Amino acid sequence: MQPDISVKHLNKTYAGGFQALKDINLEIRRGEIFALLGPNGAGKTTLISIICGIVNKTSGEVKAAGHDIVSEYREARASIGLVPQELNTDSFETVWDTVSFSRGLFGKPPKPEHIEKVLRDLSLWDKRNNRIMSLSGGMKRRVMIAKALSHEPRILFLDEPTAGVDVELRRDMWEMVRGLRANGVTIILTTHYIEEAEEMADRIGVIRQGQIILVEDKDQLMAKLGKKELRLLLQQPLEAIPGELVLEPIELSEDGYELIYTFDSQQQQAGVARLLRQLGDLGIEYRDLQTRESSLEEIFVGLVHE
Amino acid sequence: MNLYGVRAIYKFEMARMWRTLMQSVASPVISTSLYFVVFGSAIGSRMGNIDGIDYGAFIIPGLVMLSLLMQSISNASFGIYMPKFSGTIYEVLSAPVSYVEVVLGYVGAAATKSVILGIIILLTARMFVDYTILHPIWMFSFLVLTAVTFSLFGFIIGIWADGFEKLQIVPLMIVTPLVFLGGTFYSIDMLPEVWQTITLFNPVVYLISGFRWAFYGVSDIHVGISVGMTMAFLAACLTAIWYIFKTGYRLRS
Repeated sequence: MQPDISVKHLNKTYAGGFQALKDINLEIRRGEIFALLGPNGAGKTTLISIICGIVNKTSGEVKAAGHDIVSEYREARASIGLVPQELNTDSFETVWDTVSFSRGLFGKPPKPEHIEKVLRDLSLWDKRNNRIMSLSGGMKRRVMIAKALSHEPRILFLDEPTAGVDVELRRDMWEMVRGLRANGVTIILTTHYIEEAEEMADRIGVIRQGQIILVEDKDQLMAKLGKKELRLLLQQPLEAIPGELVLEPIELSEDGYELIYTFDSQQQQAGVARLLRQLGDLGIEYRDLQTRESSLEEIFVGLVHE
Repeated sequence: MNLYGVRAIYKFEMARMWRTLMQSVASPVISTSLYFVVFGSAIGSRMGNIDGIDYGAFIIPGLVMLSLLMQSISNASFGIYMPKFSGTIYEVLSAPVSYVEVVLGYVGAAATKSVILGIIILLTARMFVDYTILHPIWMFSFLVLTAVTFSLFGFIIGIWADGFEKLQIVPLMIVTPLVFLGGTFYSIDMLPEVWQTITLFNPVVYLISGFRWAFYGVSDIHVGISVGMTMAFLAACLTAIWYIFKTGYRLRS
């Protein structure tokens, strides 16, 4: 199946000589939620801006919905909706007018019933005649999303969509994104909230210093790079880790009451069973045990600091 | 062609005019009317005819041109500068609209506003001064051609400007002096010979002269040269805009 976004050997060097993107190769599948993660200045926004036509590429090939973004820019851009990071809105326009403007700009004939649906879905219907300047930050963010959806795009870029919005609105947006995906819209998401990517994404891409360092199915990534931790609460404190266990990836808490054993997610439980047997042989008794899996955030931090 | 896109930009820009009616229309009409009152009715009645035309009527084409140039530049430069300033330009840049369509939308709206304003000023002038229009079709053609040309010029200024100060510099520091020294209040025949030659380097002279010819059938310069010079300036503006979009100058990094 043809990817919705195809990026081949993409490079971007700004006029000042700064190379923002280095030989980027990336394919985003139809109907998936793809989370692009990376620290500040890694090149996420530059990559999105090139695909959407806001920034010129230096070299390479980019296709959106099967259309080259330069030679077939009309078809490519018509298939894309963009919610940028900043709240860039016209202060004096009404919500209805600004969303209708976006639909026209993208070459679509007026369709009031679609605009109404988008505004209702985003809980903006009651505000349709309000000027944008009178809306709260969260409402303005919804207006940005409504503008991006006004022309019924098949690809939606969400650049930090939930930055600065409250928890309730963030949950609402997650629901909305899932709804869009269910309708076949491909979603590319950049976010600083790793929890967001963990919650929603099908695949994860990590960009660092202008290079894609990893693209992986989220579940596989969690399984491959994730760590598990077993904490054993001891009946009696230990002064040091027994000699028989020093080769194991094991730590002792400061008060001596806790043994912390770390193992790969893929190792399954073999190491745990061995450890528990060894503790039994050594006569070390424990009163409780807990296990936890590392989060995507921990995996991400590990990746970008390698 | 993305006609819906052109219409969206055009409608958006025209809506701005209706929202700011006092600033867009009332203010230039009132200030130009003051010229008609002071120079036309009050001082004009004590001055002789120029080229056989009553002084009050003589200055009308120049004053209409002054408003037309200032408003065309101001409307178009503000129209494209504001999205750059507020950041909403991202939407235009990411939309499936060609450069020609973007220019049609912004410049078309700016020129429309200026033509409407020019007509309102002409109608207002009637309240203070008697005048005739010998060649109404030519007069309207000059009005539209000048509005389009200087809206293109304003569009270029709006893209070039990186602050509000720069938006004001060209209309106030360059265009206004050129209009005042371009024969608005006098015929260039009245100047010493050296100044007549220097004046010919002022492009506004050709606009005012041609426009006045459409009113009264008399001009400082042959009307064909006036049309030619205006067309040349139009071509220069179109070339500059083509270059801006080709290179992405101050629009796309």
